[in-house]
Amino acid sequence: MNEKNFNEIVEKHKPDENKLLNLVKAFVIGGLIGAFGNFLVEFYSKVLNVSSNDASVFMIITLIFLACLFTALGFFDNFVHFGRMGVIIPITGFAHSMQSAALDYKKEGLVCGIGSNIFKLAGSVILYGIVSAYIVGIIRFLIGG
Amino acid sequence: MYVYSFLFCGFLCLIAQVILDNTKLTPGHITSLFVVIGTFLDLFNIYDMIIVHVGGGALVPITSFGHLLMHGAMNRTIESGFIGIAMGVFDFTAAGITSAIFFSFIFALIFKPKD
Repeated sequence: MNEKNFNEIVEKHKPDENKLLNLVKAFVIGGLIGAFGNFLVEFYSKVLNVSSNDASVFMIITLIFLACLFTALGFFDNFVHFGRMGVIIPITGFAHSMQSAALDYKKEGLVCGIGSNIFKLAGSVILYGIVSAYIVGIIRFLIGG
Repeated sequence: MYVYSFLFCGFLCLIAQVILDNTKLTPGHITSLFVVIGTFLDLFNIYDMIIVHVGGGALVPITSFGHLLMHGAMNRTIESGFIGIAMGVFDFTAAGITSAIFFSFIFALIFKPKD
């Protein structure tokens, strides 16, 4: 079997996904999480009587807590399958990737398993965030931006 | 505010979904890309203006992670000079990263992976 045949077979068995429906799902789910985040900020700033900056920290921690909990309970994957990027682009996706890596490598032990693999997926987000912040920061510092 | 939060967050996820469907990039590539875009959006305080108009919803997408990295770094340079970039990068994102590490470790100890 040469490569061309192989590609044809792959093409034939690819699941036929409705792209438009995926877009609508991602938009609605992502939007709902955003609106929920806004609700949490207003809720915390009223109930705990803190500034909106502190309230946004509470909001982020709440979303991370919920995403970790739902992933550990096992039904966050269904959300990801349904909402696609609508669940991954918000901070919930970051927490989900860490939690699922931690659970997957639990059997290899606390240090070699969880310890060294927890950043397996989330590491790229932090790495590229830091690298670009460093480079852009140096440029902005030099030109005084 | 709720409407703007919904629209802004939904719009970012929509763009990400378009990229995912039409290229061979994985979700990991796209989140990294969005973080880098977030650091660039801190230029001229663009992202701060978005937060003022959109509210809490602007802090939810991963772009705000990049923005906060950049913002913390630039805030520290005011008092500490050049080295402030390295000192301040985690100033605002520390809460998110530490709680993500803490919760995922605790839950990994408590729960068993489902397959």
